[in-house]
Amino acid sequence: MSPSEHRLTVPVRDPDRLLELKVGDVVYLNGTLITARDKAHQRMFDEGREPPVDLDRAAIFHAGPVVRKRDGDYELVVVGPTTSTRMAKYLEDVLEAGVRVIVGKGGMGPEAPKLMKGRAVYLTAPGGCAALLSERVERIRDVCWRDLGVPEAMWILEVREFGPLIVTVDAHGNELSWKETG
Amino acid sequence: MSESEEELVESIAEATVEALRVAETRLPEDVMESLERAREEESNERARMILDAILENVRIAREKEVPMCQDTGLITVIAEVGRRFPVRLAETIQKGIKRGVQRATEEIPLRPNVVHPITRENTGDNTGRRAPVIRFVPTKGEELRLHFMPKGFGSENSSAVTRLLPTEGLSGIWDFVLDTVKRAGGMPCPPIVLGVGVGGTIEEAAFLAKLALFRPLNVRNPDPALADLEERLLDAVNELGIGPMGLGGDTTALAVNIEMAYTHTAGLPVAVNIQCWANRRATAIIYPDGFYEIVQDDYPRGEVE
Repeated sequence: MSPSEHRLTVPVRDPDRLLELKVGDVVYLNGTLITARDKAHQRMFDEGREPPVDLDRAAIFHAGPVVRKRDGDYELVVVGPTTSTRMAKYLEDVLEAGVRVIVGKGGMGPEAPKLMKGRAVYLTAPGGCAALLSERVERIRDVCWRDLGVPEAMWILEVREFGPLIVTVDAHGNELSWKETG
Repeated sequence: MSESEEELVESIAEATVEALRVAETRLPEDVMESLERAREEESNERARMILDAILENVRIAREKEVPMCQDTGLITVIAEVGRRFPVRLAETIQKGIKRGVQRATEEIPLRPNVVHPITRENTGDNTGRRAPVIRFVPTKGEELRLHFMPKGFGSENSSAVTRLLPTEGLSGIWDFVLDTVKRAGGMPCPPIVLGVGVGGTIEEAAFLAKLALFRPLNVRNPDPALADLEERLLDAVNELGIGPMGLGGDTTALAVNIEMAYTHTAGLPVAVNIQCWANRRATAIIYPDGFYEIVQDDYPRGEVE
């Protein structure tokens, strides 16, 4: 049985489309991905700072890129997912802020199926595959909170056919994990 | 710094940049072979898709000369200083490696990952106090061999150290390894490689676990009993069904490498260092005249036999 394949534009225009995604399906993203990891989450949700970008219906990416500075602009070298479980404690805050799609690897923690039901999906990107995934990033549009350091800043990426991503937590309360499948 | 010392520092710095370039952009042959074999034998369709993505990623990284993973790691160096090496000064070697890491960060480039452990301030150049991690080990050889391992922290964060009771013995070691792998699940980017350190003191066990990861996947421990344990543990880990990225499958680990040291009669320290599939390694062999070569099939033994 081959998994279903989906194309999804982010930010998500029609949240009902998320319900079409089932655990195990493969997704390719088009549009804007916003990177956020430990420090960005800490600043937004522990320190209460206003997010520097609109997170309504947004897709966030647990990642920190390798970049090169050229003529004052940042050029992407490679980018790929980091371990999402480190950000699991902020999941409710992230969903409250309007995020609908989370891309990462390693799972989103035991609360994720319950918290994300009817609201959002978690997609696993193949870990360590930065060279592959970066072929699907068109450019770095912007960077916010650069003072957090290169890995921890929020990088705004324009992506085309970004994937393959595997639906690991769907919006129906299901989770794909080795414990069930193994 | 004397002129000859400056020349040596510069030579070590150059060798460091080139070794890191090779390590970050090309997977060692033994790891490639192991991944390809796993892809052929894998029965789970999703797992095969992920292994295909990994193999394609490695091909692109090599072709475009870009790091295969965005987590270009915290760099560990095991330095074997040969007896014919003219300047047996740890300080000179350290200076050369640090200069090389700073240059590699700009040139390859690498992601600046090194931060103060408490303030979390990023130094921007992948160096800092005691960073990169440099260990000097004895050797019978003649040259200076710098073994580089830029290692991501998804896998490092999944690693563990414990102190078993002497009476827990082999079954205690067995359970600790399997529990550590289960707890890690998909977090360390499986298929993983396991470095296991048994015996010594708490920090010696942890070092041996890291040392074990430098050994190619197709080289078993020379002690037949440990070689047998490596193979049996590998089968047991793969029986867990964690699979690539923790989404299920036959391929959870590519190899288990064990290193051992004698310990105190009252204790049994054990460490498990988990490595991701991107088992990045390269060695710079530096000769007394300053010439160097970069290889990916050499590894530190960590002792003079």
